[in-house]
Amino acid sequence: MAQATFDPTDPSSIGIELSSEERLVQSTVRSFVADRVVPEVADWFERGVLPVELVPELGELGLLGMHLEGYGCAGTNAVSYGLACLELEAGDSGLRSFVSVQGSLAMFPIWRFGTEEQKQEWLPRMASGAVIGCFGLTEPDAGSDPGAMRTRARRDGGDWVLDGAKMWITNGGIADVAVVWAQTDEGIRGFIVPRGTKGFTTQDIHHKLSLRASVTSELAFDSCRLPGEAVLPGASGLKGPLACLSEARFGIIFGVMGAARTCFEAARTYALDRVQFGRPIGAFQLTQAKLADMAVELEKGLLLAMHLGRLKDAGRLRHEHVSVGKLNNVREALAIARTARTILGANGVTLEYPVLRHAANLEAVLTYEGTTEVHQLALGRALTGLDAFS
Amino acid sequence: MQIAVCVKQIPDPGDPPRFDAQTYRLDRSGAIILDDSDAYSVEMALRLAEVAGGEVTAVSVAPDGELSGLRTALAMGVQRAVLVSDPALAGLDALGTAKVLAAVARRVGAELVLAATESTDGYTGTVPVQLAELLAWPALSFARHVELEDGLLRVQRQTEAGYDELRCPPPAVVTVTAGVVEVRYPTMKGILSARSKPVDQLSLADLDLEAAEVGVLGAGQEVVGIEDAPVRAAGTMVTDDGTGHVAVLEALRSWKVI
Repeated sequence: MAQATFDPTDPSSIGIELSSEERLVQSTVRSFVADRVVPEVADWFERGVLPVELVPELGELGLLGMHLEGYGCAGTNAVSYGLACLELEAGDSGLRSFVSVQGSLAMFPIWRFGTEEQKQEWLPRMASGAVIGCFGLTEPDAGSDPGAMRTRARRDGGDWVLDGAKMWITNGGIADVAVVWAQTDEGIRGFIVPRGTKGFTTQDIHHKLSLRASVTSELAFDSCRLPGEAVLPGASGLKGPLACLSEARFGIIFGVMGAARTCFEAARTYALDRVQFGRPIGAFQLTQAKLADMAVELEKGLLLAMHLGRLKDAGRLRHEHVSVGKLNNVREALAIARTARTILGANGVTLEYPVLRHAANLEAVLTYEGTTEVHQLALGRALTGLDAFS
Repeated sequence: MQIAVCVKQIPDPGDPPRFDAQTYRLDRSGAIILDDSDAYSVEMALRLAEVAGGEVTAVSVAPDGELSGLRTALAMGVQRAVLVSDPALAGLDALGTAKVLAAVARRVGAELVLAATESTDGYTGTVPVQLAELLAWPALSFARHVELEDGLLRVQRQTEAGYDELRCPPPAVVTVTAGVVEVRYPTMKGILSARSKPVDQLSLADLDLEAAEVGVLGAGQEVVGIEDAPVRAAGTMVTDDGTGHVAVLEALRSWKVI
């Protein structure tokens, strides 16, 4: 067996461990992102839009709910799903967020906790991109502590009546359907709320400095009446939404390494082109140290993601594993993006280069789906047996 | 309509090519992909089959049992694949390749063969026409558009000035110009379904071919050396002091351009 070719973005050749199928998934999504996203994403970011015409294309490729079985979904393994997230986020975290929310936060709860009728009604159209979904858990006053949510659903005859508000909801303003979590007399339950239901309104959040190529919204429910069959029968208590978050966090563990790879590639290319003091800045030891450290962290993050992907495919992934991955990979991806920015100097602050766009996006990714601190505390609890939350 | 599309599985052009120091053959130990130029003929074949009905078979020849490029074609929607793989195929030249492909085209009952105009690693651009000659079929080259109408093949052949319109009844060999159609991405479902599609792996014996006819033993050409392309020499700089045009004219005359 000949030696693997040295790839600067994969110094320890993790790529050779992929199956030919996984490699084809990755190269396909990478081509799609190069063709359809990279040429325009800086403009989307600047204008603060995510073009919805992209959504059916994502559906046609089979990227929406791709790791789910049946109902129009492809049913790939977890590693393939992770690699798709990686390539999408190499384009922009906003795009990956769209796909994560659609597949892991909106489709997954219906797929896992829904009735057969709910699955038939929603999943095929969501897989094709004809219907966009969102996930309502976070509230203005309940972020890291979702158990403190104030949104409430009460029974009224055979119906449910929903009151409350959800905040920081990705895809909210463009969603055709929301999966909403609310307190009930039976504990926290999930509800399928179609757009157009009386009493359900959305308001987009503007003036963001992060995830600008992504729609973020507030959802409001004012005596919103839902039929009895709107509830997801299979989920009761916080473990329902937390299971969804675990799915989405898994995608993030891979995804952010895509953002980091783009930043690393931009910095490496720039370091070879940019001449100061008569030499490319890549010839200076300080720049080389930065590049080497970035490459090492990128590779460690990819190795961790791959390992967790293999664990997930073997059915052995625990939420503590996911915390390790989310905590490490987002933190290191952000550090790589910031370091890349320093190599690009003043050029690094413009949208001509991807690095500060990615760094800004990763600030949001650091916070959503469990902040650094929450994952530290989750791990702290697992390590000590002592619960810092209560 | 049985359509065969010839595809080449080549080392990823994104990696710098490496050659074996003794045999001068391309090192195929790295990542192997479907030649980009073949993606266009695969796309064209799929579109024809979608309109005219029938089946598309991707056909490839490789010395080492390589399937990854064929898997891409299968993931794009091709129904089945044939790989001819035999140790005796190492060192295969263009004519040998055409002989093998002709044997496969007969075996699968192809009524139409599509191929790229040339491969991205070898660039000989001769295999499809040799294949047509061996099959005694017409060769319709440099197609920018192909359609089947009332059992007749209509091809627009790209020329420098525009295009020629060609018509002929099948069977025929058509070479497809790169870039003339938008190639579909393999879908996630397509990638997964590729694993259950039939792939026939054939040896030379399966095709009743002798190693002496093809492969290095039958090759009519031999690579006797490989050299790096010469580094482009620095040009002549002329500082224009008002007489620059004279220097330009002299240079053009010395090159016999004018």
